[in-house]
Amino acid sequence: MNNRLENLYQETILEHNKYPKNFKKLEKCSSCAHGVNQLCGDDYYVYLNLDKNNIITDITFQGVGCAISKSSASLMTTLIKGKTREEALNLKECFINMLTQNNCSQQCKTCLGSLKLFESVKKFPVRVKCATLIWRALEKALTTTSIPKGEGINQKGDQK
Amino acid sequence: MLNPKEIKKKFPILNQKIHEKPLIYLDSAASSQKPQQVIRKMSSFLRTDYANVHRGVHYLSQQATDKCEQVREKIQKFINAQSSSEIIFTKGTTESINTVAFSYCQSLKPGSEIIITEMEHHSNIVPWQIACQKYNLTLKHIPVLTNGELDLKAYTKILTKNTALVAITHASNVLGTINPLKQIITQAHLIGAKVLVDGAQAVPHFKVNVQELDCDFYCFSSHKLYGPSGIGILYAKKNILDTLPPFQFGGGMIETVTLDKTTFAEPPLRFEAGTPPIEAIIGFGAAIQFIEKIGLDNIHRYETALIQYAHQKIKKVSDLQIIGTAEHKVSVLSFVLKNIHAHDIGTILDQEGIAVRVGHHCAQPLMQKYQIPATVRISFGLYNTFEEVDILIQALNKVKKIMSLPKSPKGDD
Repeated sequence: MNNRLENLYQETILEHNKYPKNFKKLEKCSSCAHGVNQLCGDDYYVYLNLDKNNIITDITFQGVGCAISKSSASLMTTLIKGKTREEALNLKECFINMLTQNNCSQQCKTCLGSLKLFESVKKFPVRVKCATLIWRALEKALTTTSIPKGEGINQKGDQK
Repeated sequence: MLNPKEIKKKFPILNQKIHEKPLIYLDSAASSQKPQQVIRKMSSFLRTDYANVHRGVHYLSQQATDKCEQVREKIQKFINAQSSSEIIFTKGTTESINTVAFSYCQSLKPGSEIIITEMEHHSNIVPWQIACQKYNLTLKHIPVLTNGELDLKAYTKILTKNTALVAITHASNVLGTINPLKQIITQAHLIGAKVLVDGAQAVPHFKVNVQELDCDFYCFSSHKLYGPSGIGILYAKKNILDTLPPFQFGGGMIETVTLDKTTFAEPPLRFEAGTPPIEAIIGFGAAIQFIEKIGLDNIHRYETALIQYAHQKIKKVSDLQIIGTAEHKVSVLSFVLKNIHAHDIGTILDQEGIAVRVGHHCAQPLMQKYQIPATVRISFGLYNTFEEVDILIQALNKVKKIMSLPKSPKGDD
């Protein structure tokens, strides 16, 4: 396997693809958003609960997509749980910066923890959208209050 | 038998490395590559012969006009239309379909029905949806059976005296299925409905004869036929064309214009508003010449052998499911691998120098039918080889190796 591919499909990514964390619908959620990548058909919903102190007490996701999008979503939920709305939006900014800008600070990368491994996706420009899809959905969930139409319908747990 | 290795040499783009591996181009159904002959013809035309077409009195303009009209005649013969005035230049298949949707449908009685199929490309779905809204028509569809063939029993049921038009693909861009058009067209004509055929995926692979098919409209693009992008045609029977109103308006399509009123030119010019992509028309002509020299019967024979070989080889890959196993297919093959998303497969194959298409292929209703988010699609042109199929199989095994996770699951948090 060439190095670029090895860096892209690291074990953590493959593991979260196969055994995603928080991969379920949150029956009672305060906010939900839908993210779709037209190019390849990645299609996810993110569900979250924000308490009165603006803390994300629970966050889950569900849908179908490639290994990059699914593992990114899985790791995102583990990082975001317990963070405030503000912190979550900052982390989103950091993550997207890391994948799209050349001047992403070390501090920014550090706060992303294990999500730093997605930096390798930058070398695959066409896959950047896969990695950022769930973060865009998270942003939507944190900045809008409405629940999208058709939410949760036909969202199968497994890839077919 | 055609010699693909010799043919491959005629396509400059194919003789290169991608990610340090020899390029294997398996995406001809999206767009085919261009032979030297086409590139050279377009380039020399631009260097010595270019001018705007129609109405020019100067030498170059007359030459350019004549050359474009010669291509029209070449296309007429290529699909055996009765007259070259039945060939309308368009931007491509999509514009051809839109022309019919918004010209022919205008005069239909509200409540008339249009039939499409579940295997259509979005370009043969969306224009009809919009035309139906606009002109109060009803849209119906022929379902696809699990093997990728059309459910013709269902077709017989939905075909009624209200059916005005059947819009159907000649060959599916996802499943490869070649539809039994003769039967479908005969049935439609019996009740007085017209038939439009999307031939984008058919003309590169086998001989099409519009008079024998007896279709009313036939559409295809040059860029899937080894010619340039931005040009295609709409064929329509002359008696229908004569009654159709224009779809776009402007220069070139008029007879006389006053500040209040315009009369329109006769077909085909009536449907060709604005300056066409002149050099693309020239390239289109060169592409047809290229194909005819090799012979579509030779191409069809070779590609059929190649796709059968690919089917045999690919179905032996474990955990792989081929989507579309119709009896008659063009050289298009879609598949899914268990637990590996098409997008990941596409990225890994790309690193091996293999260009495939992954995604919904502009056929989302078909993805919904098979309940899959996406497929990997390989599609052959006349330059692909048996050896390339073998390399693809090796690469697919590599994909499985890269994406496999031998460890047991960790506990959920």
